[in-house]
Amino acid sequence: MTDRFAPPPSKGCSATPVLKERGQHEVFCGLTGIIWLHRKMQDAFFLVVGSRTCAHLLQSAAGVMIFAEPRFATAILEETDLAGLADAQVEIDRVVTELLERRPDIKQLFLVGSCPSEVIKLDLATAAERLSAQFAPSVRVLSYSGSGIETTFTQGEDACLAAMVPVLPKTDARELLLVGALPDVVEEQAVGLLEAMGIGPIRVLPAPGRDSEYGIGPNTVYALTQPFLTDTHEALQRRGARHLAAPFPFGEEGTTQWLWTIAREFGVSAEKFAEVTDAPRARARKAVSQASEALNGRSVFFFPDSQLEIPLARFLTRECGMQAVEVGAPFIHRAVMAPDMDLLAEGPVIAEGQDVDKQLDRCRAARPDLTVCGLGLANPLEAEGLTTKWAIELVFTPVHFYEQAGDLAGLFSRPVRRRDLLKLEAAE
Amino acid sequence: MKLTVWTYEGPPHVGAMRVATAMKGLHYVLHAPQGDTYADLLFTMIERRNHRPPVTYTTFQARDLGSDTAHLFKGACLEAYERFKPEAILVGASCTAELIQDDPGGMSETLGLPVPAIPLELPSYQRKENFGADEAFFQIVKALARPVEKTSHVTANLIGPTALGFRHRDDITELTALLSDMGIGVNVVAPYDATPRDIARLGAAHFNVLMYPETAETAARYLEREFGQPYTKTIPIGVGATRDFVSEIAKITGRNAALDEARLRMPWYSASVDSTYLTGKRVFLFGDGTHVAACARVARDEMGFEVVGMGCYNREQARLIRGLAKEFGVDPLITDDYLEVERRIEELAPEMILGTQMERHIGKRLGIPCAVISAPVHVQDFPARYSPQMGIEGANVIFDTWVHPLVMGLEEHLLTMFREDFEFHDDAGASHHGGKAKLREMGITEPETPAESVDMTTSGPVEIVWLPAAEKELKKIPFFVRGKAKRNTETYATERGVAEISVDTLYEAKAHYAR
Repeated sequence: MTDRFAPPPSKGCSATPVLKERGQHEVFCGLTGIIWLHRKMQDAFFLVVGSRTCAHLLQSAAGVMIFAEPRFATAILEETDLAGLADAQVEIDRVVTELLERRPDIKQLFLVGSCPSEVIKLDLATAAERLSAQFAPSVRVLSYSGSGIETTFTQGEDACLAAMVPVLPKTDARELLLVGALPDVVEEQAVGLLEAMGIGPIRVLPAPGRDSEYGIGPNTVYALTQPFLTDTHEALQRRGARHLAAPFPFGEEGTTQWLWTIAREFGVSAEKFAEVTDAPRARARKAVSQASEALNGRSVFFFPDSQLEIPLARFLTRECGMQAVEVGAPFIHRAVMAPDMDLLAEGPVIAEGQDVDKQLDRCRAARPDLTVCGLGLANPLEAEGLTTKWAIELVFTPVHFYEQAGDLAGLFSRPVRRRDLLKLEAAE
Repeated sequence: MKLTVWTYEGPPHVGAMRVATAMKGLHYVLHAPQGDTYADLLFTMIERRNHRPPVTYTTFQARDLGSDTAHLFKGACLEAYERFKPEAILVGASCTAELIQDDPGGMSETLGLPVPAIPLELPSYQRKENFGADEAFFQIVKALARPVEKTSHVTANLIGPTALGFRHRDDITELTALLSDMGIGVNVVAPYDATPRDIARLGAAHFNVLMYPETAETAARYLEREFGQPYTKTIPIGVGATRDFVSEIAKITGRNAALDEARLRMPWYSASVDSTYLTGKRVFLFGDGTHVAACARVARDEMGFEVVGMGCYNREQARLIRGLAKEFGVDPLITDDYLEVERRIEELAPEMILGTQMERHIGKRLGIPCAVISAPVHVQDFPARYSPQMGIEGANVIFDTWVHPLVMGLEEHLLTMFREDFEFHDDAGASHHGGKAKLREMGITEPETPAESVDMTTSGPVEIVWLPAAEKELKKIPFFVRGKAKRNTETYATERGVAEISVDTLYEAKAHYAR
């Protein structure tokens, strides 16, 4: 099924020594995931137990404020909570009761730990158990940590999904589970392709609501749609489910390999697979080749951000003709990243963690044609004459699978084309 | 614990960042976990700054907590000095680092840095952003300002403008020109664009212009005490206040009050007949205390609006707003709870909101036009064009900005006359705003009104009921005055003990409130 692609590199970057750095990390903490998770799970509410900084981060990371009352809030710790004058557990009960009275539509509540709540060792797991018992069966209360001392940006989603795995019922049914909070349009496309091959039943984690949940068991096989879901991966393995390792479904190649891995597991014939995928593959190839014209032959440098860096570097180098200079990721989990690392040819620096000032020095020295980085770095680098793609958009935009492959290439090519377009000098 | 959905102010260390980022040659070493770097994007994205804020975050992680976070801080401090060679360093902790009690101030003293290290103690669990900015600026001034000889000609410092401030960039330009017209030079602008060396010579000015009490009042008081520099109390927003500001400066300096009003268009624009429709528009003001107080005066005295409510989110200015609200005969609202502000606006049903970006959202939800007068800010509050709030041009800008969200005079009449026109109706919105007007299907009768009357009242001791015919009549009133009509009618009915509102009640109330 991979016959139409360039042959895999003779040596992938799996064996490349990783540059491990620690220093200033210019990344978001895991709380940020709430911004998309609360839209995805429409009966869920996310209550951060933290500081004013946490509340300010959520509001700033959202960029624009979401209309009306969002399904997230912060229980801001105050002096009395810290001095032990107020029993924090009693306070949590009070705030949650107040909240659930105002929002009777909420079916699942996540208590989300933050840096301050972790440092003062506020036990949110116990609080969640107690509140779950109190508000059952109408509301289920779970907890996870999105703190910056433990999680980086997209790891917040991982921690959230991992917290949901243990409470799913047990089943012996043979089912396929797709893991990762994808935009609805993308999720429907993936399910549609797999169903057209005769694969099913197909479940998704997170389910859109509590009433559409399902069981997990030894006959469950699962595929990850996002590379940052490592704790969820481990939690599913503990439930006896089996992982289908594949490159992540970005671009024509990633999508095909990902689908083919699942198809093989379910005994789909090559003919059937071709029948279902040939047309969307052709569309993806056409769209990518058009959108990547401006990228061909150019170099790219990734600052660590969303954990999508390695699969995206694979896409940009193998399908868009780019050369990777450095690929930085917040952390590299081999068990889920290996298939992509095998496809990414050796050559670029592979970096884990960050010392932002040193990395900026390397970036300035390399003068890449495109730098993929966070919002705090993008405008300053543009002002230095570098072309940037801000990475958070890759998390907020539908980019997976065939029909979005062209859009994905377009996200990278737009800043390059824009720089070529703008002409502000006098005509003469 | 306090349940919070949106916040008007960030934590105090973000206030300190606003000061540090506005300045040059200063570096802020912040003991903080990974993730607190989100604050960088406020400056690089919202304000489109072309450099990173001069902040080093120590980025401690869970695994460091058991061992040595203090060591991390020291290393970060030394490296930051080596790399950036600042003239002075600010050191402090974010909310999480405050809990682990590493004492950045004490540690920085032991490092033997060749430049001043200024410790900031910002209680994250008690105070907020404006306090952080005010305190950071005060500590910088206290540490660096030295007694110096006064300049031979009359000069002033402009103090208070920071990064991420509401139109601070342009207010500086406007006031610099205004002072120049009076023959007064600017000694230092701070913290905006000031270096630590500039701070050292603040004392050379003859007086200080305190532009924003939120961020520089403590420093202004300190400079008055230590260097005998008086500071201005008038905030020159609006025509009247600008004239008062000039008189105040004349009094301080003994110079003649001179204000070049050649470019001042606002009073004539407000007096011209096209503006008649602004008369008595009911407005609600909310924001930081300084901007609300200044804008309340402009709203009432220069635009001819009726101020129906006001409030501020920063408790530091509560006294100012309470006093002013009393003078205006309205209830002050001092809160940082966004939902409380929303409730008050719903209750008052004003025809316009003068607020922050948060109130702009409330307005969008309730269908009430809103103009932004104060931080917290949004990328739209940093226009490419020159757009001050202070001084002569500020007054012109305010007139344009406040009128823009409203439906204009003649259009208002046309809406009233032909309210059920298929393309010119309530839901179509003001014609000078973007967006495609929704065409309305005409000839389709509205769904049958239920036989029993509907309770539409929001509050009140007596259950007031709108009869179906009156309710239908109410819907014919254009949207931008419907809230007022409903409220007036209900007040009228309540005062007279009328329990059922008929079409007659509606028009009796209309006649009663006619002006």
